[in-house]
Amino acid sequence: MLSSYLTMAAILFCIGLYGALSKRNAVIVLMSVELMLNSVNLNLVAFSKYGVVPSLSGQIFSLFTISVAAAEVAVGVAILIALFRSRGSANVDDFNEMRR
Amino acid sequence: MGGFYIDWSGELVAFFGFALVMIVGAVLMLTLTKVVHMVASLAAVFLGLGGMFVVLEAEFVAFTQVLLYAGAVTILLIFGIMMTDHQAVQREPVRPGHEIVSAVASILLFGILFYAIRTTEFAPSAPPLQAGTDNAMEIGKQLYTQHVIPFELVSVLLTVAFIGAIVIAKKEAE
Repeated sequence: MLSSYLTMAAILFCIGLYGALSKRNAVIVLMSVELMLNSVNLNLVAFSKYGVVPSLSGQIFSLFTISVAAAEVAVGVAILIALFRSRGSANVDDFNEMRR
Repeated sequence: MGGFYIDWSGELVAFFGFALVMIVGAVLMLTLTKVVHMVASLAAVFLGLGGMFVVLEAEFVAFTQVLLYAGAVTILLIFGIMMTDHQAVQREPVRPGHEIVSAVASILLFGILFYAIRTTEFAPSAPPLQAGTDNAMEIGKQLYTQHVIPFELVSVLLTVAFIGAIVIAKKEAE
């Protein structure tokens, strides 16, 4: 049963990775990153039940991950709004100052 | 009992139901064209994941997931869309080669992960954790004894992050 959960998390992670790499809209990229973080939570909770040493620590770790992800998405959306205000676009291709 | 090589326990049925919801939601998130519809399908993924946590007997994490992800993060992302291009429709790929490369990279990563999961021998030792009876109380006890310093650090991090978010997103006074 553990490997089914791990496979599910791997599927979600890879879908999120594809979205983060290929999408142009910055909000969608942020959503894909959230998807990847969520799949890691699934791994943590699955190991907390079916791992070699089952304990509650996995669930506590996933709670910490959830709160850090909430902070990340808040800061991410704020940066995006500030960028949109100064640049007039939410397209990741337009944010290439560091490459010029 | 039916089934070919697997015995159909209730957990397995629930797992496949939620897995179907999550994969359909995730694939729709990538294929839909309107950004708001993408957020709605992402909410379906979050809800499915919450259900999967209930199946794993992690009720507290499940409700946190529903409140924080399906509630707060989804609303925040919708606000993010409204404040930027709310008419946005995903445009045609500018560089199709880039898209193909990222698809190949994701599938390759999935292959590696799947191979690793299939070949690893997980030591079948301890019986599964039975934390279903009073999950929230046990988590609360551990948070305030064993993990109290990380807990306080996370609260500081959240305060700093949200104040920082407000400062960044605030309109500059002319």
